[in-house]
Amino acid sequence: MRTGTAGRVGQYLALLAYLVFLAFPFLWLVSTAFKSPRELGSLHPTWIPQEPTLANFRQAFDEQPLLRAAGNSLLAAAGAALIAVLVATPMAYVIARHRTPLARAATGWVVVSQAFPLVLVIIPLFLVLKNLRMIDSLPGLVLVYVVWALPFALWMLAGYVRAVPVELEEAAAVDGAGRLRTLVSVTAPLLAPGIVATGLFAFITAWNEFFFALVLLKSPEKQTLPVVLTHFIGAEGVADLGPLAAAAFLATLPSLVVFAVIQRRITSGMLAGAVKS
Amino acid sequence: MRTRWTVLLVLTLLLAGCTGGGSDSGTGRVTLRFQSLAWQEESVEINKELVREWNASHPDVKVEYVQGSWDSVHDQLLTSFEGGEAPDVIHDASDDLADFAYGGYLADLTDLLPERLRADIPQRSWETATFGDGIYGVPFLQEPRVLIANATWLKEAGVRIPTPQRPWSWAEFREITEQLSGDGRYGVAWPLKDPVSATLNLSLSAGGQLFHRGADGKVTVRFEAGDEIVPRTVHDQVGKDGSAPASLLGSGGSDTLPGFFAGRYAMVPLGFSYRQQIVQQAPEGFDWQVLPAPAGTDGLTQGVSPQTLSIAEDSPHREEAAAFIDFLLRPSNMVRLALGDWMLPTGTRALADPALHTPKDDWATGTALAAHLRPAPAQSVRGYPEWKDKVATPAFQEYYSGAIGLGELRERLEEDGNLVLARYQR
Repeated sequence: MRTGTAGRVGQYLALLAYLVFLAFPFLWLVSTAFKSPRELGSLHPTWIPQEPTLANFRQAFDEQPLLRAAGNSLLAAAGAALIAVLVATPMAYVIARHRTPLARAATGWVVVSQAFPLVLVIIPLFLVLKNLRMIDSLPGLVLVYVVWALPFALWMLAGYVRAVPVELEEAAAVDGAGRLRTLVSVTAPLLAPGIVATGLFAFITAWNEFFFALVLLKSPEKQTLPVVLTHFIGAEGVADLGPLAAAAFLATLPSLVVFAVIQRRITSGMLAGAVKS
Repeated sequence: MRTRWTVLLVLTLLLAGCTGGGSDSGTGRVTLRFQSLAWQEESVEINKELVREWNASHPDVKVEYVQGSWDSVHDQLLTSFEGGEAPDVIHDASDDLADFAYGGYLADLTDLLPERLRADIPQRSWETATFGDGIYGVPFLQEPRVLIANATWLKEAGVRIPTPQRPWSWAEFREITEQLSGDGRYGVAWPLKDPVSATLNLSLSAGGQLFHRGADGKVTVRFEAGDEIVPRTVHDQVGKDGSAPASLLGSGGSDTLPGFFAGRYAMVPLGFSYRQQIVQQAPEGFDWQVLPAPAGTDGLTQGVSPQTLSIAEDSPHREEAAAFIDFLLRPSNMVRLALGDWMLPTGTRALADPALHTPKDDWATGTALAAHLRPAPAQSVRGYPEWKDKVATPAFQEYYSGAIGLGELRERLEEDGNLVLARYQR
């Protein structure tokens, strides 16, 4: 069935509206970051700053150790993403390919674990990490991020594994490939987009995470970017808006860059036509 | 190949992360962690400067500056206390201390603080940080709620300008705001995002107490005549006189400033420290001034929850921590902290400093109000946070917006409120 012109226009309009909805906060943030305090106090704010200034960026860097915090965030997020993918991939394969009671129980547990709110786990988690002497350490934080991201990563990857036709693995087996060879040479390449997407999810979750970092890291030199950003907020929610916007804008850049670089790899249709159905 | 290098790089960086930090254990040197909530540029700089000065003059007791945040301080401290990892010296506000003090997380400072500091801060300020028989924080900065006014507008309208010596009464304030309103302009804009503390603190001026402690030590809520004055004034300004916009009732203080600068509102009731934002953001030539909040039967009295410095119960270096607090709060240092935060110091010697009596930025008006500041009525009441969130905030919001009347407000504050408080006082 062909979509008519009106339908197509409607689709594009809906898409445009969605894009505006998504982009609005970010564009507003960028605009705010370049405005002077006086302009921020104006009753009729404009999209384009009337007197663009870099003073907010200067103040943000002067007041808070943004670069160091960004380095810490990068370590924590990249570490968490890498480990989560390394752990989740084989687990997801087992869960998707072997429909045993254990796999079903594991899947159930993954779903249940999503129901625990953060506040419920934070104090026990704090005590466990304290006993492991991992409070106030980035590896401790990475461990928490891995555990936190793992259920969803597992769930996501299991879906990708199911999408890889088992016939391909069987064909490889018929051609004489062993289990390991099949996994490495056949399944893994086909799973690449899923692995990348999962890694990206784990990275962005960890990059933006605030509460664990706030509670688990004590030393100022180890604090991550989201924690440092709150230092621009004062009592009763009063914020130093200009520098906060400038710092928040810089903090979103790595996520955008990582996504821009990686999204090409999240291609769909790689498996189209792989098997006759 | 590239992937392998990436993995290697991340692992190396992670290992590098593991090896950071260090301690002074073995050197005999004491290290104190001071968690500060200073957030404005000047204030952060002054706090860090004071820490540097201390470290330079006290080689045996090193203080490490840790930046905290007002936004998350309660949760963060609670977890740190539970895990035994709290900072030694803790910056907070007196209305956040009750649970920590009663929970045994904070050290009783009664015998730790030097007499100089005890004598310098008035008893009414100490009361804000006294829970049971102990003192759990040193109150050091506070701010009255004032009216920030468009001076040109008031002058042109020919209204009497109130002073701390001759303030407006609540009735006069209502009349004047009505007189100033019209043509889409309002006499006042009430930013009541947190309606409870603003209402309760201002109600002290009219003799409102709301929380009454019985002979058995138990607290009950009674909404009496004195408690009605402030809420009724706001309610009538919004609902009857049209002298305050309803649209701003749910806003924070900063949200009112663009309209204030644009000449939509003649006055905005805000904390004294908002002057800093006004100086930064006001359009060139905008003439503003600080006026005292209206007075009632109890004059200019109003409640405050000062910023405090406390010591963690688990700190192994309480005496050193107390000495550091004493250093931070020497009169000259207290003045620096006050100027950095645009607030008033609690210390009497600091308050007498000429820098805080200048007409510039209306420091003198605020300083004149200091003697009228009292502990916020509810802060030592156990169960207050729950009462505030579950009962009082929605009740006041509905009353101010006109959804319920004074009778129902009273009923909910008293009946629902006392049920909540009773659970904490069994």
